[in-house]
Amino acid sequence: MRGRPKQRDQNESKLMDAMITANRLSDGIVVFQDADGGWSEDFHRGAVFSDEGAKGAALARAEQSEADCEVVGPYAIEIESRNGHFVPKALREAIRASGPTIRRDLGKQAHGQAPSIVQHASVEISHVSL
Amino acid sequence: MYRYDEFDAAFVSARVDQFRGQVARRVSGELTEEQFRPHRLMNGLYLQLHAYMLRVAIPYGTLNSQQLRKLAEIARKYDRGYGHFTTRQNLQYNWPALKDTPDILAELASVEMHAIQTSGNCIRNVTADHFAGVAADEIADPRPYAEILRQWSSQHPEFSFLPRKFKIAVNGGPHDRAAIQAHDIGLQIVRDASGALGFTVYVGGGLGRTPFVGKKVREFLPERDLLAYCDAILRVYNLEGRRDNKFKARIKILLHETGLEGLRSAVEAEFVASDHTGLELPDAEIARIKAYFAAPPLPAREPVSARVQRRRGKDAKFADFVQSNVAPHKVTGYVVVTASLKPIGGVPGDASADQMDAVADLAEDYSSDELRVSHEQNLILPHVALDDLPAVYDRLASVGLSTPNAGLVSDIIACPGLDYCALATARSIPIAQRISERFGDGVRARNVGPLKIKISGCINACGHHHVGHIGILGLERAGEETYQITLGGSGDETASIGQITGPGFSYEKVVDAVETVVETYMTQRTGPEEAFLQTFRRVGMAPFKEALYDRSAGSDI
Repeated sequence: MRGRPKQRDQNESKLMDAMITANRLSDGIVVFQDADGGWSEDFHRGAVFSDEGAKGAALARAEQSEADCEVVGPYAIEIESRNGHFVPKALREAIRASGPTIRRDLGKQAHGQAPSIVQHASVEISHVSL
Repeated sequence: MYRYDEFDAAFVSARVDQFRGQVARRVSGELTEEQFRPHRLMNGLYLQLHAYMLRVAIPYGTLNSQQLRKLAEIARKYDRGYGHFTTRQNLQYNWPALKDTPDILAELASVEMHAIQTSGNCIRNVTADHFAGVAADEIADPRPYAEILRQWSSQHPEFSFLPRKFKIAVNGGPHDRAAIQAHDIGLQIVRDASGALGFTVYVGGGLGRTPFVGKKVREFLPERDLLAYCDAILRVYNLEGRRDNKFKARIKILLHETGLEGLRSAVEAEFVASDHTGLELPDAEIARIKAYFAAPPLPAREPVSARVQRRRGKDAKFADFVQSNVAPHKVTGYVVVTASLKPIGGVPGDASADQMDAVADLAEDYSSDELRVSHEQNLILPHVALDDLPAVYDRLASVGLSTPNAGLVSDIIACPGLDYCALATARSIPIAQRISERFGDGVRARNVGPLKIKISGCINACGHHHVGHIGILGLERAGEETYQITLGGSGDETASIGQITGPGFSYEKVVDAVETVVETYMTQRTGPEEAFLQTFRRVGMAPFKEALYDRSAGSDI
């Protein structure tokens, strides 16, 4: 589960840290599965899974949530540690977790919910390469 | 412009009620997402990166001020205060909630608008030349034919489950402003030797991952046969088009595999064999629809305005605006004005609710209450008296819509790209912003002259990059954005697909690469009168390739 990124033992599973995401059915807003199995709009509150078993169980919970008409299309995203903070590995997911890079007043970044490194980069220039 | 009759109003209203029920059943769990998806798509509702996206049809790009004000009101009330005008003359809202969409559709219906068939495997919103009804060189207004096609294709029982989407465009003048050869069916209005109106018919154009320029299947199709012939094309496509592979399902692939003669024979055979009852257009019906699009009464005016001349003499920015954003009108003393949605460094095609209101007011005050949306993502005031031009310009300037760059290097088409789109592989808007900042709208851009840059954030090519004089395609390679450049594409009557320069460029270097291309053109051209496309067609790829890959700009690969 969520915690500070740590050095991996060489024998430990090679699984990339993961988080479960989806879009909320009622309004389409991007959400992340939290430690209680619920959903949060804030990437920072997303639960981090470091092994296949936990990730699989989380995905199963998410699929049940989809069946219960709470979210649409849940899937796991890869996350990694940069400068001591978890961030989505793929640019697509970084943008989903933050908002459009060309409108910092829109999306999660407008409410201080963007992954930390993205927020830091965004203050430099408007056309930042994430 | 066209006004709904009782049938139209009842049909659109019934669709709103139907969708309200579908949304309720989805939210309650009665419908799964898989079951609901085709319903929401047929009503223009997508699920994108950040939220739902609603694509509203603006049939053949024509609006009045009441409709634009409604679009502004919806942006404020249900979205985030802005909308995005697209390359298909639609408007997209990027943040609507699912639960609000039935109300949004009801609001649209109240001003005779809808989002029907803006998605799905059906005949999409029919597009037209954005100078329709006003261009000085127009043969005939394309909008009555587009409206006839809209009525015929809306909820057409036979063509609602096509192998893939199907796009039709109609152009009314000798200069193709509607990119008809990039459509599944492109209709060019022509007159035959006797002066009778008809259409040259192109089939199988399309962009996406396998781009083709449309092929001419009929030199002259009589006006009355418009629907019967389109029906024959659709029937052949519906039967023969591939359904086994989504990426090979468009009619362009059928044409490619069958060959032009094969497809033409099949269409002509179907046209001859089919029963035209109810499809042959009676003269009275054509006249009835045409009457809706009759030009507003425009009293004759002087061809030259002293007021405009005086302002041009003392205001260089205004003079630039007149040069690039003002086109001749068919009535003397009037002009067609392009309000640029491409402010330098801005998001191509985005308009705030306040800007929409301002343009609606201008249409009401100065343009006989009419507006057009161009596939190049700008707004058009089609009937402006020349004497009113300074006043219109000042009001556009007050809301940031007077950038004097229509048709120039900074008038860039760009799809939403990875900033919004779930299909995108790279961002396109920031590339457009940086190019626009690099070249601006002043002396440098004017020295470069007419140049169309088009940017897509994935191979689906919503940004029409294949037909850009300079096309940019954003891709993802090993987790990084990379941009492929094509040169020599064109979406006009000399349509061509751009050629790839070579290896792609990184997000950081692609703007330098575009600058290298432009500088190479400047050194290669015979003079300012030779536009980029002409130079490219004369000298070919070699000097551009050499400049891009052998000199400092350098590819990253």
